[in-house]
Amino acid sequence: MKELCWWNQVKTKLLLAEFNGNDPFRQNVLAGSGGDTRRLTEVVSQPASSLQRKKSGSYSRQGFSILSALLVLLFVSAFFFYAFQSLAYDWNWSGPWKYRQLFLNGWLNTIYIACVALVLSSVFGVGSALAGRSSFRPLRYFSRSYVEVVRSTPLLVQILVLYYGVAQGLNLGLDRFSSGILILSIFNGAYISEIVRAGIEGVSKSLWESSRDIGLTGVQTYRYVVFPLAFRQSLPPLAGQFVSLIKDSSLLSVIGIAELTLNAQQVQSFTFKPFESYLPLALGYLLLTLPISLWTRHLESKFKYET
Amino acid sequence: MKLELQNICKQYGDHVVLDSVSLQSNAARVLVLIGPSGGGKSTLLRLLAGLEATDRGRILVNGFLVPTREKELMAYRRTIGVVFQAFNLFPHLTALENIELPLQKVHGLSAAEARERAVDLLKRLRLEDRGMQPPSKLSGGQRQRVAIARALAIRPQVLFLDEPTSSLDPEMTGEVLEVIEELKAEGKDLVLITHEMGFARRVADEVVFLAKGRILETGPGEGIFASPQSEECRRFLEKVLKY
Repeated sequence: MKELCWWNQVKTKLLLAEFNGNDPFRQNVLAGSGGDTRRLTEVVSQPASSLQRKKSGSYSRQGFSILSALLVLLFVSAFFFYAFQSLAYDWNWSGPWKYRQLFLNGWLNTIYIACVALVLSSVFGVGSALAGRSSFRPLRYFSRSYVEVVRSTPLLVQILVLYYGVAQGLNLGLDRFSSGILILSIFNGAYISEIVRAGIEGVSKSLWESSRDIGLTGVQTYRYVVFPLAFRQSLPPLAGQFVSLIKDSSLLSVIGIAELTLNAQQVQSFTFKPFESYLPLALGYLLLTLPISLWTRHLESKFKYET
Repeated sequence: MKLELQNICKQYGDHVVLDSVSLQSNAARVLVLIGPSGGGKSTLLRLLAGLEATDRGRILVNGFLVPTREKELMAYRRTIGVVFQAFNLFPHLTALENIELPLQKVHGLSAAEARERAVDLLKRLRLEDRGMQPPSKLSGGQRQRVAIARALAIRPQVLFLDEPTSSLDPEMTGEVLEVIEELKAEGKDLVLITHEMGFARRVADEVVFLAKGRILETGPGEGIFASPQSEECRRFLEKVLKY
């Protein structure tokens, strides 16, 4: 039981500043102590409750949503607790804790990869969406086939083919890391292209017309009217796509990029402790994706109110 | 305002919308187009406003030939104002920004000049307290007045209004028509499509009756409403004035 405190410390540092308990394992899994759950439910219920407050000014509904979140958390925790107990697994966190720096490095690399890929894939996506609207037919076909081919093949296959085939074959002089980011951006760009296209097509014909009527040029129409409107429409799905991007980056481990997943796999192979390696891995992704997901929810409801 | 139409033709696919329309109007300040739906009123206004090019024929506005090539049409459009039935304000901009956008980006005014002109116009249209609000927070009548302000801000040689009150309830219709009357009193040149026959009669210097892609009758407002010459016009007026 003593080693479990290590896990407790990791979690304390990562998520719950004020956590302190006598029976850490139990409290971890059951999420029974106040500090633990309160923090989490605050995160979970925040956007929803602030919205409700605006709508009806009711605080009892906020209380209810906290209670519901608590209950769900309790059940899920109990379920996992039961499952792991039945395994009769020999928990030992000391090994993975020794390699905590590896987790942190991987986590930071994942953030870095995701951020660069986000920017790059946005460029690809917007470029492809505009090409798809071009009056020049080959550009339209190029955009169409890019989107369809990328969306219809698994990312894993793309990574293997593009990295071992194209990047190495053409001797592009790109290192592993940059190739990985580039491939991920190409993949993600196809999805962003569709999101942006939908956003642009969502701008009503009458607004194009009236832009033309007041004398805006084509470029000005995009700059001052279409993009601002399309961006608002696309923001929730774009945020959702960013979540996917973060998760998809885990597949880059197959070409040996030292992101979170690969590093967790390494820790597992050093320590022979799969759960102690993969649970922090899951937590690392959750820490990145959960806030974005919640923010997406918030955005969706916000835009629903506006229309 | 001088308007001259010479054998204007316009068709979409096989559908002939305007069939050799000619008109000579020299002195009218306010020209009102009336007629049944699908008769070509809106299309004629779009051609006059330079939103589309004619297939055949020539249009002269104040002696200048309305061009047919897109690039020259764009330059022409910058000298006129158009107000649509559906307002067509930009939903992501405030009322003031809606008015300022064309002033700054198309007509090259500085931000301060544009703001001054926009504030001034909103004041004249009794919307001074609405400037900071987006269209979604305005009533229909207020939106249409902002749209009129946007069209007026560029100081157009002619203001075209395509059924500006058709999507408004009676009360709001009143406030928009009031504004149009004020514009007439100020000496602005207007071309207006409307189904408000009482208003058309009062405000029009000249009325043009369009049906089936042809101008069937034209003349001073009083004349047409009192004693329509053509059978179509008589029937149309009977129908719309019945209620």
